[in-house]
Order: sequence, then structure tokens, then C-alpha cells
Amino acid sequence: MMALRELSSLEKSLGLKNPNKYSTQGDKKVPVLHSNNGPALVGLVTIATHLVQEAKRPELLGGSAEHKALVQQWLEYRLTKVDGCHKDDIKTILKDLNSYLEDKVYLAGNQFTLADTLMYYGIHHIIVDLVIQEKEKHMNVTRWFDYVQHYTGVRHHVPPVVVLRNRVYTSGHH
Amino acid sequence: MKLFVSDGNPHCVKVLAVLEFTGVKCDVKHVNHEERVVPYLSRPALPALLLPSGTHLFSPNSICQYLIELNGQESSDIVNQWLEWEATELQPAVMQALHMVVLQGKGADTPRVLRGPLSYLDQSLSQRTTPFLTAEMVSVADVVLWAALYPILSDSSLVSGNQTLQLWFERVGMLAACVSAVQTVLQGKGLKAESLKTYLQRQPTTHHGQGQVQGRGTQPCNSPEGGGDDDCVLSEEEIQSAVVTWGKGLTDLPMVPERQHPILPQEGKRNVLVTSALPYVNNVPHLGNIIGCVLSADVFARYGRLRGWNVLYVCGTDEYGTATENKAREEGLTAQQICDKYHAVHASIYQWFQVDFDFFGRTTTKKQTEIAQNIFWRLHERGFLLEDIVEQLRCEACQRFLADRFVEGTCPFCSYPEARGDQCDKCGKLINAVELREPTCKVCSQTPVVQSSKHLFLDLPKLEAELEQWLERSTGSGDWTANAKQITRSWVRDGLKPRCITRDLKWGTPVPHPDFSDKVFYVWFDAPIGYLSITANYTDQWEKWWKNPQQVELYNFMAKDNVPFHSVVFPCSLLGAQDNYTLVNHLVATEYLNYEDTKFSKSRGVGVFGDMAKDTGIPSDVWRFYLLYLRPEGQDSAFSWVDMATKNNSELLNNLGNFINRAGMFVSKFFESCVPAMALQQEDKRLLAQVGWELKQYINLMDRVKIRDALKCILNISRHGNQYIQVNEPWKKIKGDETDRQRSGTVTGVSVNVACLLSVMLQPYMPTVSHTIRQQLNAPPSVTGTLLQGTGNFVCSLPVGHHIGTVSPLFQKLESEQIESLKKRFGGQQPKTTAQPATTPASDPAAQTAVNGADAERARELTLAVAEQGEKVRTLKGQKAEKTVIGAEVTKLLELKKQLSLAEGKDPEPVLTKGKTTAQPATTPASDPAAQTAVNGADAERARELTLAVAEQGEKVRTLKGQKAEKTVIGAEVTKLLELKKQLSLAEGKDPEPVLTKGKKK
Repeated sequence: MMALRELSSLEKSLGLKNPNKYSTQGDKKVPVLHSNNGPALVGLVTIATHLVQEAKRPELLGGSAEHKALVQQWLEYRLTKVDGCHKDDIKTILKDLNSYLEDKVYLAGNQFTLADTLMYYGIHHIIVDLVIQEKEKHMNVTRWFDYVQHYTGVRHHVPPVVVLRNRVYTSGHH
Repeated sequence: MKLFVSDGNPHCVKVLAVLEFTGVKCDVKHVNHEERVVPYLSRPALPALLLPSGTHLFSPNSICQYLIELNGQESSDIVNQWLEWEATELQPAVMQALHMVVLQGKGADTPRVLRGPLSYLDQSLSQRTTPFLTAEMVSVADVVLWAALYPILSDSSLVSGNQTLQLWFERVGMLAACVSAVQTVLQGKGLKAESLKTYLQRQPTTHHGQGQVQGRGTQPCNSPEGGGDDDCVLSEEEIQSAVVTWGKGLTDLPMVPERQHPILPQEGKRNVLVTSALPYVNNVPHLGNIIGCVLSADVFARYGRLRGWNVLYVCGTDEYGTATENKAREEGLTAQQICDKYHAVHASIYQWFQVDFDFFGRTTTKKQTEIAQNIFWRLHERGFLLEDIVEQLRCEACQRFLADRFVEGTCPFCSYPEARGDQCDKCGKLINAVELREPTCKVCSQTPVVQSSKHLFLDLPKLEAELEQWLERSTGSGDWTANAKQITRSWVRDGLKPRCITRDLKWGTPVPHPDFSDKVFYVWFDAPIGYLSITANYTDQWEKWWKNPQQVELYNFMAKDNVPFHSVVFPCSLLGAQDNYTLVNHLVATEYLNYEDTKFSKSRGVGVFGDMAKDTGIPSDVWRFYLLYLRPEGQDSAFSWVDMATKNNSELLNNLGNFINRAGMFVSKFFESCVPAMALQQEDKRLLAQVGWELKQYINLMDRVKIRDALKCILNISRHGNQYIQVNEPWKKIKGDETDRQRSGTVTGVSVNVACLLSVMLQPYMPTVSHTIRQQLNAPPSVTGTLLQGTGNFVCSLPVGHHIGTVSPLFQKLESEQIESLKKRFGGQQPKTTAQPATTPASDPAAQTAVNGADAERARELTLAVAEQGEKVRTLKGQKAEKTVIGAEVTKLLELKKQLSLAEGKDPEPVLTKGKTTAQPATTPASDPAAQTAVNGADAERARELTLAVAEQGEKVRTLKGQKAEKTVIGAEVTKLLELKKQLSLAEGKDPEPVLTKGKKK
């Protein structure tokens, strides 16, 4: 269901007028897209990538070869590391993303891409649970998250997370 | 550009093969597995590609895609799909298989985890007419999948069947690029490569990968919101040792002796003295007070007794001070009468909450005077008291000095006329009461006069060095909560100042010094001494507890606002008295509990107060459970009625209660109330180990007073238990042949023993429920003491042939109407905040789309609904459900499809005429906001939410049915589903009737 909600939100944000038919398969409820002109597509990232192409928004998949690879990498990361992560893994995920995002606005540099959208949906349940101190500890992730949730048309099925702009805890103590 | 690879790592085969295949120019550097090439990742990740921009790629598949892209080839949908499948489905299975085969030396056959993915790949290949996965030509997908499978498929012993797959594998393997990549990384040896083994040994056993490959989808319906708590990876040894423990039974474990008063420290025992902050007598405690001190301390004391420690838990009401005097004036009683009245109120509240004090006393006693004066004199003799003159306001009419909050006047800074004695509400500045202009007494409105008065001060600076030494020892060796340490540190860091210990009051412990005969001790000096005097009222031998730091461990429980008095001020009094006092070893402080996102407020009538909890009709144990479940450990938390109902219904009723009840019911229904014989199989042993692991965690956490976290372990155990019953289906097997019936017996026997263990672990949290379970199971009395000894012993405590009692349900559902009315009752005059997301149609782009093209929106919803319904039908068919059932669902599906066609603007068949005779919605309760919106017109946003809600609820019902849950449970969920469907119809502006009648006929 989660994946279908994401795809539904994505369709909306891409402004796709003709809705697609979906089902899910297997224990993990992997989404399947049934299309009229071609075989069914399986997998969240595959379908999402397809929708972006259908909407003629190739820039969301990255402009250069390098950016394309980064988008693919973070989409895969979302599926393999963030989805169903164990609570012990959360720390590592936040820490790694935080240092990655230190000198970047979005996951693939300075351009907003599909990777941001899907990572945002996937990591939302983790960010929601963070206390203010943890949000501050992972400042770069928080900043990125706040950008994305305010990016036009992204936030659909998930509630907004409050991000404080002023620091509550002074750095150095933690 | 630089590519980093390591020996023996199959992922490096992928990238090297693709690199050679594309002919892209790139340096290759061989590093070892531990090398952290990617600077932003905390664990080493290889292969890694350093891009021209200076960024690193660490995903092997993305590196391959990048190389292909540089070569001018775009990846298609189908290539993406295979790469996604490789990363999410194949890779976890391959890693697990390699782990088993290479490291554990198992399997002469295809490892089970790989069978699914391999046959899927085989089928996909056979359905194609092309020699490769995606086209006539080899693609990046072929190389990536081939490399992933190389170690497994190159070993002929592990391959069985899957001929198309074999042919494809050989075809790809003949590429020169593949041959040389394998040579470089695995020395052409596949599984037998030493380097592969080394590589695998360095890989952390990730939690997912192991747990989730089989785990998903088999979770019972009651899994928690978080999910994914497939926690521990159990080793063979752990399982074996769990089995050994299980076999020990109850016999050779020590008994816990009955409590005998007075409890005194004993040689060779762990002597634990537990106190909770003394509640102030003139207030009725609210839920926050209760969880912050008495309840938390009670759970820990009960736990300690179960562990066989020698525990004494004392508490009492703090009764002296201005506030009491004032309350007495308000109610027209004497201070003593007020204390007597409210002491009884407190005592009865705590009794209702089942707080099991060894003694609940009070501070207005002779012992208090004796001990406080003794400490005072000792401090005085040793020169730790200072004298100083203080200027204070005194009201001659009332004959007393005015505490800051009993005086009002004009602010000296902003001339606000109603400034308080301590602070101006207008300008916010702090005020010294004597600086107020035109001060008046708040009680009699007379003008007070300034009078100088001599007071005594505790010389904290003189004791600072000794305090710091002690603090270092205590916080270093004890379990101080983080907030307690932090607050204490900030007090000490800012430097200590002398603190006044006397007050010009009547209602207090008199200062024995002749120069101060009209004064009493200030409460903060006096109140903590209450712990000692209350103990002294309990036993004459109180000094064995309080002047015995060698034998006694002291735990103080409190909310965080009380920390400085327990960690700095009171220890200084005791250190200065130099009488070998027992000082706190473990200071356990909670954060605050809020009420529905606001504060508890007696004056506004907001929140639940101790005396009202029992009027709600919700059992004391459920209150305890919920308060402990949200115990503010680490951060503030908030009491919420809706959440309380949810936790009760999901965790207590569906998870814990459901498991314990089923386990007991199986014994009584299938085995004539006698625990059946158990022949443990691997799966049962695994459960024993899993439960044993959670028990160990529980003990670990409880020993460190992580009360809330330990509660989660209990719920995890029953979750494991439910899953175990679900998978093994003892209610089906009991009807089978001899082997099946034996299996049913084993599962039932193990389950009922888990239930018995749970009853003991629950005891600190829910004493009545715990007792009821033990009664229902007729558990031997010794279980309470024995299962929690040492690091925990999950033994078979209800052996074969044990006769259990009568089993009945433990919990009741909390209905939403009940909760709504309670919420209103305790909400005060606050405007009710509804939990509706604040989406205004104008600002929400989604809603705008809906207005512009309602049909597209509607079609999207229907598409989802069709997908859901289609899935449902397939599932039913797969389960070989009854034809009528399938038929009904197919009808629904067709109906949905018709509606979808309509929404898409296709052939309008006469579907709509069906339900549209009178489009007047049934009378809906006016209070239901959903219904109201619906009446106002088709609200697309709302409808979309409801569509999803219906789909989810439908899924829930199916799951329950699949699990053969109790009829009443299913019934309740079906009702909810029908209600949602009705709301959906309304939101879509349709007549809800047809849906309702459909659901009702049967």
C-alpha cells in the first residue's frame, strides 16, 4: 500500500492526467504497473522512473551522466537500506546521509530530482520520530528534508514535520 | 576518474566486467576490504568510483549504469527493472546463501532462499525469445545479474533444474570481459576462492537480509506501527542453551521468600532502598505526577522484589509550607486538618493505582522534627551554617511575612499595576518583592511593611569540593538518567551559593536555635529529610537503611524539576552532617507528561487527576500500562485519549491478551486443561531462544531502570508468540493424524509456557492482570521468583500434565464513543483541536487538480480500488475460497471497473441508475465531521483519503480472516469497513444505502 500511495502522489506531482493501473505482487507487496502499450513494470523505482519519462520531465532523473548515476544510487539506497531498516541501522543512515549532504542542496547536487522525492517518502517515518536534539544533530538531513517537504507538489500523503530554524541546543555539548 | 575494488568481492566482478565491456578509460586501484574510500559513509563500501566532480559512487549497479551511459547507451525500463530486482530481491538472497554455503559449510543443494529468485529468473528467460534478458544484445542487466550469481551458479553442485537459466549464464560468462573480471577478483575459482571467504567474513551480518527475507508478510495483524522488529540473529549456540535452560524446570531454582516487615538490610543481599519524590499534600496529583514518581518507583520496586533483592520502598506526603497554610485559610480548616484530609486522598489514589509502598508516611511527625533538628545541629556545630539579614515584606494585619506570590504591586520598571512579587507579567522582568511600589497583601489587601529578619544559610560553597568528589563517584557507578546528570552538572558548573534554610512561617519544623525560635525550616531543607523520618516511623531501626552506605543502594525517583534538591542541596546537608548517611546512588528523573499537547491544569480543569481515573471505568492496570508505555524517558511525552484507546486495543487486546488467551484456550479446549507433551523441533527451539533473548533484554533494561523500553520486550514476546501460533496452526493440526496432533500439543505446550513467563514479566507493570493470568494457568507460586533470576531463565514452568484453571479474556476493547466522551469530560474549556490535517482546498495543489479535473482524480481513486479488489479476488482464488464468496468479490470488482470506465469517459453503461432513486443521505449524526463534509458536496480530497482507508481496512479484514481470528474481532473490523465505505459513498455524493445493504445480506 505504501508504495502505491507514493506512486499516486508522484503521479499527482508530475501532473499526469491519465491514471495508471497498479497491483502488487509477492509478500513484500512490490508495486506492478500495468500499461496498455507494453509489458507490466515491476518495482517502485522502475515505475517511478517510467512515470517521470512519461511526464517528459527527464531533468528529474539527473541532467548529466554523473547526476543520473547519483539519482540511481540514492533510489537504490532508499530501497535497500532505508526500507524496512532495523532500528540500529537508523543511526548509520542518518549519519551517512548527513555527511553526504554537507555540501549539497539535494541528493544529486543542486538539482531537485526523483531521488529526493522517493527518499523523502521513505525516510519520513524516521524523521517524524526524531526529537529536536536529534534533528539538530543531523542538521544537513533536516535542512534537506525541510526543502523537499516544501518543494511544490511533493508532500501529498505524508504529514509535514516541524523543523525549527533556530537551534535549541548549543553545539559542542553533543 | 578512479575505480576502487577489493579482492574476493563479487560486486567488484560486476563493475570490472562492465568497465572492460564498455572500454571506458579509468584507473583501477586494488584496496583491502576495510579501506574507507567513500568519505561520507561510516562503513567501508566497495567497489567505489571517484567521479570527475570529486563525488563518490558506492552502488555497484549505479557504477555500472554510469559506465554504460558514458558509452552512449541509455538504460531502458526493462533494464532498470532487472537492476532493481537484483538489488532488492536477488542480492539479499545471494548474500544469505553465500553466508550459509561458504562460512557455515551447509548445503549440497541450492540453498532454499535462492530457489524463488532463481526460478523467477529462469521463467522470465524462458518466456523471452531473445538470448539475453532484455534484448538480442547483452545489456548491463545481463552482466550485473550474471556477476551476482557467478559464485553460486559456477558451482555445479548447487544447481538443479532451471535449464534456460543455465544456458543464459554460460552465454554471458563467455564474454571476454566477464572472464577476465572473474579472474581478477575471484582468481577464477568461484565459491572456493579464499578471497571470497575473507570478504564474507568481513561483512557485518545485517539485520535485514537475514530477518526479512522470510520474515515479511507473515507478521500477524497486530504488529506494531513501527514494524521491523525482527531483532536478533540467533546463533546455534544460543538456541542450544535456550533448550538447556528450558529443560531445567522450576525445581533447582531458588525461591523468593515472603516479605516480612520490618524489612531491614541483610548481609550478603542486594539491599535496595527506593524512594519517590514526596508529593505535596495540598494538590490532588495528576497523571504526570503519578508516572513521574510513585508509579515509576513502584514498577522498579516490584521488579526488584521479583529479582530477589531486599527492597524497601518508602514515600509519603510533604505537608509543611505556605501553600498548606493558605489552603487551610481557603477551606476554613487548620493546617493539620488540611494535611489529614489530603493525606488520605493521596493514599487512596495510590492504593487505587496499586502502588505497593512498604510504607506511605507523612512529614508532619515527631520523628521529622527530631531528625531535622539533629541534622541542623550537626551542620551548625561543624560550621556549615551562615547567618545573614534578609529584607522581607510583612503584613501586620495577617501577622506574617509574605511569600513572593502573596504580594502584588506596581512594577518598578514599567509601572504595571498588577505586578507579582517575583515577576512582572507585563514587562517580564524579575522583581525583588521589596522593590514593588505600593505593595499590597493578596490575602487582606493591606499594605505590608518592609522588615529585616535574620536567617540561616547552608554554606554550599564550603561543601562544594566534597560534593563534587561524591558526585563523580555516584554518577560514574550508578544509573543516573541523562537529564539528572545534565541538570546537576549545570548547577555545579555555575558555582554554588549559600542557600537560606529558614522561613518566617508557623507551619513547619521549628528551628531549634534560640535566636531563631519564631522560624521554621524552609521546605527544601526539610522535605528530603522526610525520607528518613518516614522510614523512622516505619521502623526504629531506620538507621540501618539511612546510615549504611556500605550495604545499601539508594534509588531516588522524581520528575526533573526536583533534581537539584536531590543531587546537590540534600547531599550537601547530609555530607555536612558527617554522620555516615546513605547518599543517592541512582537518580532517576523523568521529563514531563503533557495532556493532549497542553499542560495539566487544575484551575482550567484540563487533564486527568488521580482521583478521577477510577471514575472512567478503565481498570487501574490499563492506566498503569498506558502511563508506563509513554513514560517520559528522555523526552516529554503526551497523554492522549485516542492513543490510549489505540494502545489498549492493539497492544493489550489484540497482541498480549490475544496470545495469552489463545494459549490457554487451546490447552483447555483441545487437551482437557492438561499441558500436553512437547517434542521440540527446530522451530520451537528457535522460539525458546527468541523469547529468552527478549527476557534477557528485559532484565538488562530493567536493571538500568529503562522501564518503558523493557515493557516493549514483553510486547515483543507476545508478538513472537502470536506469530508462532499463526504459523503452526495448532487448531487445525489437532484435527489431523497422530503426528499432527503431537505437533499441535507441542505448540500449545510451548505457547502456554510463554504465557506463564509473560505473567511474571508483567507483574511490575500490571499486577492484577499478572495475578489473573497465573490464576487462570494455575501457575505454581514459585514462578514469580524464579524466572527472573540471574540473566533470566525461561524454563518450562508448566510441565506436561500440569492442570490449568479456567481461561477467560483479560482485556476489554475501548470504544471510540467512550473515549470521545472522556476526552470531552476532561478537556476543560479548551477549544477542541481536531486531528484533521489542515489542507485548505485553495492552497493544496492536489485539491486544485481535483477541481479542475474531478474525473481524472476520481479515476485515480478507482484505479487504486480496482487494483486492491483485483488483488483480493486473486488471493481468494489462490486460497480456494468458496465460490459464493469469490463470486461476491468478483461482482464488486466488475462494479468498480464499470465505475472506472465511466470516470475515464468511456461507454456509460446503466450502472448509475441502480442506486440513485432518492439521493438523500441517511440521517447522519451531526457531530460527525466526515458526514458533514460529505453532505456539503462531493469532497474529492476527503474521498481520496477514504478510498485509501477503505482499501487498508479491507486488507486488515482479509488478514484477520486469513488468520482465522475470532469472529467478534472480525465482526468489529467489518463494521468499521462498512462504515468507511458508507462515508466514502457520502463523500462522493452518492446514496450510501446500496453499499450498506450489500454488506448486510448474507
